[in-house]
Amino acid sequence: MMKRRDFIKQTAVFVTGAALSSSALVMLDPKELLAQRPELRWGFLVDTHKCVGCGFCVKACKIENDIPIEANVTRTWVERYVLKKNGEVLADSPKAALNGFTSELIDQNASGLKEVDADEIAQAFFVPKLCNQCETPACVQVCPVGATYQTADGIVLIDRKWCIGCGYCVMGCPYGVRFFHPVEHVADKCNFCYHRISQGGNTACAQACPFGARKIGNLRDPNDPVAKTVLRDRVGVLRDEYGTKPQVFYLGLSKEVH
Amino acid sequence: MVEQIAAMVVHGEAWTVKDLFVLPNEYVYWSIQIVMYPYMTGLVAGAFVLSSLYHVFGVEKLKQIARFALVFSFALLPVAMLPLLLHLTQPLRGIHVLMTPHFTSAISAFGIVFMTYACIVAAEIWFVYRTFIVASVVRLSAKDNRTVYQRLLLQIYRVISLGAMDVSKEAVESDHKAVKFLAGLGIPVACFLHGYAGFIFGSVKANALWMTPLMPVIFIFSAVVSGIALCIVSYYVFMEIRKRAAKGGWNFFLPETIGHDRAEFSYEELNSMQDHEVKMTSKYLLIFMTLALTLEVLDMIFRGYTAVKSWDALRQVIYVHDFTQIFIMQGLLGNVIPFILLLLPRITVRRAVSASLLVLLGVFMMRWNVVIGGQAFSLTFNGFMHYSLPIIPNSIETFKEGLMGALLVVISPFVIFYFLNMVFPAFMEDKSATH
Repeated sequence: MMKRRDFIKQTAVFVTGAALSSSALVMLDPKELLAQRPELRWGFLVDTHKCVGCGFCVKACKIENDIPIEANVTRTWVERYVLKKNGEVLADSPKAALNGFTSELIDQNASGLKEVDADEIAQAFFVPKLCNQCETPACVQVCPVGATYQTADGIVLIDRKWCIGCGYCVMGCPYGVRFFHPVEHVADKCNFCYHRISQGGNTACAQACPFGARKIGNLRDPNDPVAKTVLRDRVGVLRDEYGTKPQVFYLGLSKEVH
Repeated sequence: MVEQIAAMVVHGEAWTVKDLFVLPNEYVYWSIQIVMYPYMTGLVAGAFVLSSLYHVFGVEKLKQIARFALVFSFALLPVAMLPLLLHLTQPLRGIHVLMTPHFTSAISAFGIVFMTYACIVAAEIWFVYRTFIVASVVRLSAKDNRTVYQRLLLQIYRVISLGAMDVSKEAVESDHKAVKFLAGLGIPVACFLHGYAGFIFGSVKANALWMTPLMPVIFIFSAVVSGIALCIVSYYVFMEIRKRAAKGGWNFFLPETIGHDRAEFSYEELNSMQDHEVKMTSKYLLIFMTLALTLEVLDMIFRGYTAVKSWDALRQVIYVHDFTQIFIMQGLLGNVIPFILLLLPRITVRRAVSASLLVLLGVFMMRWNVVIGGQAFSLTFNGFMHYSLPIIPNSIETFKEGLMGALLVVISPFVIFYFLNMVFPAFMEDKSATH
């Protein structure tokens, strides 16, 4: 007859042993194995020195991806930063820079348009923004139904037929790239024009940019121009403190931008 | 052309006012219904914890209100889901959360936690009322001339008795054991249900105001506070109605009368019951309020003291933009005044109920300040967003996510309770002990 105390002891030993040994095993999903593409990881390079804020990229993106032109949401946008000599920082993105920056007045939304004297300006520049196709995307983590997911080549996509429209991904993205599509009524965002790049094409924004400020590339290919720049030049990323590992790299990133 | 542009109003644009530098896609996406969601789940969890104080810990003084709290918690339960459904831009796909849950998401567990909790509450009610159900079946079937209501009730009781007609001493004894077990199991599950609502917010790393591990704990305590406060207020109101009904003979408000053909309590009996229960419960309210307040103040002090990068923007929101909502509505009206009211000696029913009403406002404002306040500043930390609640709806969207949608959510539990109370009389005097 086994004593109760011994029984409990032996059970504990057995459970611990069983748990430890089974934790060494890794379940392999065949689908995951097949989908792996070690030779391809999409990345993006933005050269802020080259951007002039014309907004061609925004317009091209809206047309290419069927985002209504007049709707106040967008998959990509351009921000303008005006740094004054007294240290003040002003920034705006009127209509997401759809029509470019045609006025010197800074759009401060409810606070109106702000005039800045040219003599007060220390420097001014433009920063294009788009989805960062993060390595560990917060939006994919929080989607309650798995309607947004990451492809093997690193692009985060949205299943329009499965999205319930809870907005958790919109709140979860630290970069504000997500919104609700005004016609489809589901979450939407930039996908590096996946339908084009997966057919060997360029993204609409990069193609529309007259100055080469935007470039898409394969980060795993050592001969790819984008991969080369990321490797050899000093590039920055946005908000790395969130641990999302963004894959859009910036040349000439200033500390005012995040 | 104007119509075309009007049709292109994007989700969130109708009620968001942007100021200074806000990103193009930023709007107040989580509006009034997401304020209602933690508020309603909080009430469910709180009401259940109150009922468990009697069933598990044997706080005899709360016997009357415990039974009411249990039935009311069940009435609140389906309504906790309603705000989420109203908030979705694809409400018909809401079922996907149950069908294809994506377990890395905090929301995906909602279905499982919610269903578990619903089963526990339903089972507990069944065990609490089983003797009553059997007695009702026996009594009603013995009657010769049954009214329409009595016939309907008999059918309902027959079905929900599930054929378990044994009311021997042993059977009743095991009922009581089951109630105690379920009530005990229900407390952690209720806390989980609500703590996890806090986790939904607390785990959004992109939001500087939400992201804190304290969030689930703060939510649990404020949930218990609001649940108890709502039970006090509605118990008071329902007892007032019952007192009036007992005087005026309005049997529609006295469900046990429909079954029995006569009123069970006199006006005076009801009055003393109400007095006792309200005063007793308000003591527990005070205890939980102290805990909830401590945590909230701790959170605020910690943010100010550590003052990380986001603090400049948060400070603007807390001390300037949302000052009235945070310090006047939530702090002063919702916390300080009711705290003093409850603390002063020789408490009266009216005072306890007024304090509870203020507490309900305070907890609602706390949810508001978390949900709306969390979206009051831009990701850029250089801009702000103001939420203006749509009052008169001009589209489905402004109805669902406006004042009307919120009122719909508030009214529903009372309608459900009215009918539920006919089947499970929440104010019934139990001759035998329930635990």
